[in-house]
Amino acid sequence: MPGLGTSFGRGGATTAQQDLANSDAILIMGSSMAENHPVGFQWVIKARENGAKIIHVDPRFTRTSAMADIWAPLRPGTDIIFLGGLIHYVLTHDKMFREYVEHYTNATTILRSDFKDTEELGGIFSGWDAEQKKYDFTTWLYEGEQKKKEQPGHSEIDGGHGKDRGGEAGEADIQTDDPTMENPRCVFQVLKKHFARYTPEFVEEQCGTPRDVFLKIAETFANASGRERTGAICYAVGWTQHSKGPQIIRCAAILQLLLGNIGRPGGGILALRGHASIQGSTDIPTLYDILPGYLPMPFFESGSANLGEFIDKHRSQTGWWYNFDKYIVSLLKAWYGDKATRANEFGFGWLPRVTGDHSEFGYWLDMADGKMDGLFVMGQNPAVGAPNGRLERKALAKLKWLVVRDMVETETASFWRNSPEVDRGEIKPKELATEVFLFPAAGQAEKSGTFTNTQRLVQFHNQAIDPPGDARSENWFIYHLGQRLKAKAAADLRPRNAGLNALTWQYATHGDDAEPNPEDILQEINGYTVADRKLVDGFKKLEADGSTACGCWIYSGIFPEPGKNKANMREPHNYLGHGWGYAWPADRRILYNRCSAAPNGEPWSERKKLVWWDKAKQEWTGIDVPDWNLKKTPDYQPAPDAKGDDGIAGDKPFIMHPDGRGWIYVTSGLKDGPLPAHYEPLESPFSNALYPKYDANPAANRKERVDNPYISQTGDSRFPHVLTTYRLTEHHTAGGMSRTLGHLAELQPELFCEVSPEMAAEADLEHGKWATITTPRGIIEARVLVTSRMTPLWVSGRRVHTVGVPYHYGYNGTVTGDVVNDLLAISEEPNVRIMETKALVCDIRAGRRAKGEGALAELNDKMNEAA
Amino acid sequence: MFEGGLLKGWPVLKQVRSADWHATGETAWSPRTESLLPRHHDAEVTSSICPYCGVGCGQLIYHKDNELISIEGDPNSPISRGHLCPKGANTHELHTHAGRLKTVKYRAPYATEWQTIPLERAMDMVAERMWETRDRTFVEEQDGRSVMHTLGMAHLGGATLDNEENYLIKKLFAGGLGMNCISNQARI
Repeated sequence: MPGLGTSFGRGGATTAQQDLANSDAILIMGSSMAENHPVGFQWVIKARENGAKIIHVDPRFTRTSAMADIWAPLRPGTDIIFLGGLIHYVLTHDKMFREYVEHYTNATTILRSDFKDTEELGGIFSGWDAEQKKYDFTTWLYEGEQKKKEQPGHSEIDGGHGKDRGGEAGEADIQTDDPTMENPRCVFQVLKKHFARYTPEFVEEQCGTPRDVFLKIAETFANASGRERTGAICYAVGWTQHSKGPQIIRCAAILQLLLGNIGRPGGGILALRGHASIQGSTDIPTLYDILPGYLPMPFFESGSANLGEFIDKHRSQTGWWYNFDKYIVSLLKAWYGDKATRANEFGFGWLPRVTGDHSEFGYWLDMADGKMDGLFVMGQNPAVGAPNGRLERKALAKLKWLVVRDMVETETASFWRNSPEVDRGEIKPKELATEVFLFPAAGQAEKSGTFTNTQRLVQFHNQAIDPPGDARSENWFIYHLGQRLKAKAAADLRPRNAGLNALTWQYATHGDDAEPNPEDILQEINGYTVADRKLVDGFKKLEADGSTACGCWIYSGIFPEPGKNKANMREPHNYLGHGWGYAWPADRRILYNRCSAAPNGEPWSERKKLVWWDKAKQEWTGIDVPDWNLKKTPDYQPAPDAKGDDGIAGDKPFIMHPDGRGWIYVTSGLKDGPLPAHYEPLESPFSNALYPKYDANPAANRKERVDNPYISQTGDSRFPHVLTTYRLTEHHTAGGMSRTLGHLAELQPELFCEVSPEMAAEADLEHGKWATITTPRGIIEARVLVTSRMTPLWVSGRRVHTVGVPYHYGYNGTVTGDVVNDLLAISEEPNVRIMETKALVCDIRAGRRAKGEGALAELNDKMNEAA
Repeated sequence: MFEGGLLKGWPVLKQVRSADWHATGETAWSPRTESLLPRHHDAEVTSSICPYCGVGCGQLIYHKDNELISIEGDPNSPISRGHLCPKGANTHELHTHAGRLKTVKYRAPYATEWQTIPLERAMDMVAERMWETRDRTFVEEQDGRSVMHTLGMAHLGGATLDNEENYLIKKLFAGGLGMNCISNQARI
């Protein structure tokens, strides 16, 4: 999200899956879309039928590759080199869409003279504090940009989701430009120097991709650019689950801005998210560092002493974040109702302050150290899905109480009686005090509510039958739990319970079980005027004076009047799907679509028109809802002190950014640099050929400790091969929704690893027989699948093998297998704290692993070998 | 063969009337075959969305008398156009398989087995533990400034839940109880 958020202004896919049919070229990388988003992939096939060229870049030749025109292999962890190579190609072959770049991006903006790039400093940007392992980004700001007193987005402890992913550290509406883009300190020239060494030769040498294939891809994709042609990029966790994930996505953003593909039909970046409502679960977040609508949580260290300070810290003077005060006050009114008044700053003081790394890995390590009492796990299975499974499960054993809610007994729920730790004697049930509650949960057919899919589309699913027995929805559980806790708070009026006592907690219910009405909750999310409880029709109606309430400003408009649940609409009337569901914001299906018209408001071409300025009606119109002020003329120039949206000029489409531009260079908001630079994965057989002084991302956090160990150095001979993990079509994440089902279990009954014939020969691995894989964290066994779809690569003059393993298996269910994520380390990428699953190192040998305690002994023996 | 009388039931006559000379069409149907109907012929249909991945395929849920009959793709969805992948196509089994939990299980300290407990009692027990933990670990302020949080208990989960559910979890856990340690599958 910060990758897209800092580049464009909103952290979400910029386009719709159906729009891929309009692409002239599609690059799929960090994803095997045909296998993991199969029904969405029909649109890629449609594009191909329409003449588009499909490119797939992946360490493995998968079913996606089989449907592509060009497939290229690459070494896991070298995506920035590959993409940097594409950027280099565009710049050296004059392929950029010049008019678009000049008007719609910050390529023309001039940087400070004390900014130093990684090319000048051997691998770091200016401002690096080697002791603190963090950057002071003052030198990254635009020339003339004033640094704000508070620097949101660069707090040590934040998690990368907040709105501060877009440079509120400065007021980026102040800048100097060179439209010729020749000034040596303009972003364009800095970009050229930054990627100067990402040549096709370098790509071949480091990624292992044959140069001619790389050049064919570069030429094909770069040609899908300009007035008449557009190209799209699709990515998934193959790009995000790295120690530099957001920077990989930043490369794609830079490429698409240079080629002029953002905000245009057939263009854009389609982030392919993996769960039914993972997009929703960040929009309306069960995350520690944000409030609904990407408002940041108050951080104790600064900007939280009072509401005024908090608003000052986070609002920007131009663009739509100018209305930050309206969004936060309306949220507080929704949560705290009548008790939220001007006098008590609408209850701002009742929000819990963030004081540390309260993310999953932050608190899990605290749990492992015995610092936590209790944990709720709802619809997630960290015993299988989280990295370093052994640490994860042993940490559960330190809890006083654990509450799991799911449809089946997941591995997480049964860690105490049936797990590798129980097998190996590390957890002894008769000596384990942890209380465990396992509540049965309702399935999606047994409750109503909304999911938000990968393209920001909110769709309401309707309840068909009642959940069986004592199974209930999470709405029911939280609602009735909340009632019990509010009853306790009503009898205890200490200040700590002020928020709980004020909390508005009355929803209409139905049925014998008193199930809360999901539409009631959705209406609160939509927002209403407090005096008459009348629903509002959009975020423009929100106020900062306490007269409006709104649970999530970016969803406002989804329920604009009683009975009109837009998420439940099922009558699409165009290819973008208007009339079916509701896309945030304001039902705009393709974001930044002002870009689909030239600066003068006319479409770039008839073939690629989407929204345009209607001179007769003096307003914007088109096929999509304009992501834009309908009445703003193309030639509008703001007055020097104009605020909010009035501060954005008529030819600056990226309205969430203070300067209205797409950011090729991110002036602040990303903790590890304004531009992407290649670093090796945290564990790699190779050192960083670009910057030998910095193998891995210097800002990443390994969370290295005795129970989360790493290899001892790059090229550790105990673990000579690259390991990558991925998914299968027939299973879903940690397996609770698929390994328990007969049909899916039958389709993919057993854990296997994929190796090339060359690797099989070298390591004596036989197809169909067993192999044991080890890393410093764990040891697993899997069946061997020898296939030429895996290919050894030549990197830096030597051959390297990759072992591939799908990660779905666990010890419960109809089909079982070792937990692959036991091999991974817990690590935190600097911006979003995501772990690295896609590129690490391992050893592999033929045969099964030792059982029980023997497995740990075998792992210890491996670790005691000479590195 | 002669059900309905000679004129109606005799396959030879039916063949002649419908020119089905190879007798492989409806004329070859037995009375039993003729009486067959699709499983969902008199079912209600409710529109839903697949619970698996982020594509968000439309689903039609066929049900009758509070029982699921089948779950199919929704042809009207502009995204999925009626298709489902193997997971989505197995949503019926997801809801109806034998391993589905229907009662609350509780593991007491040092126990080696689950026991079943009533739902309302389980809710009371959870609320008590939350209240006790929160009371012991709550921090109201530091250096004269609001902290208003507890780090003694945490929550994990959200990407498989409804937006409304995530909203209530965040509202109660953070806004009401002061829990900061809240996370889900999403990072980026």
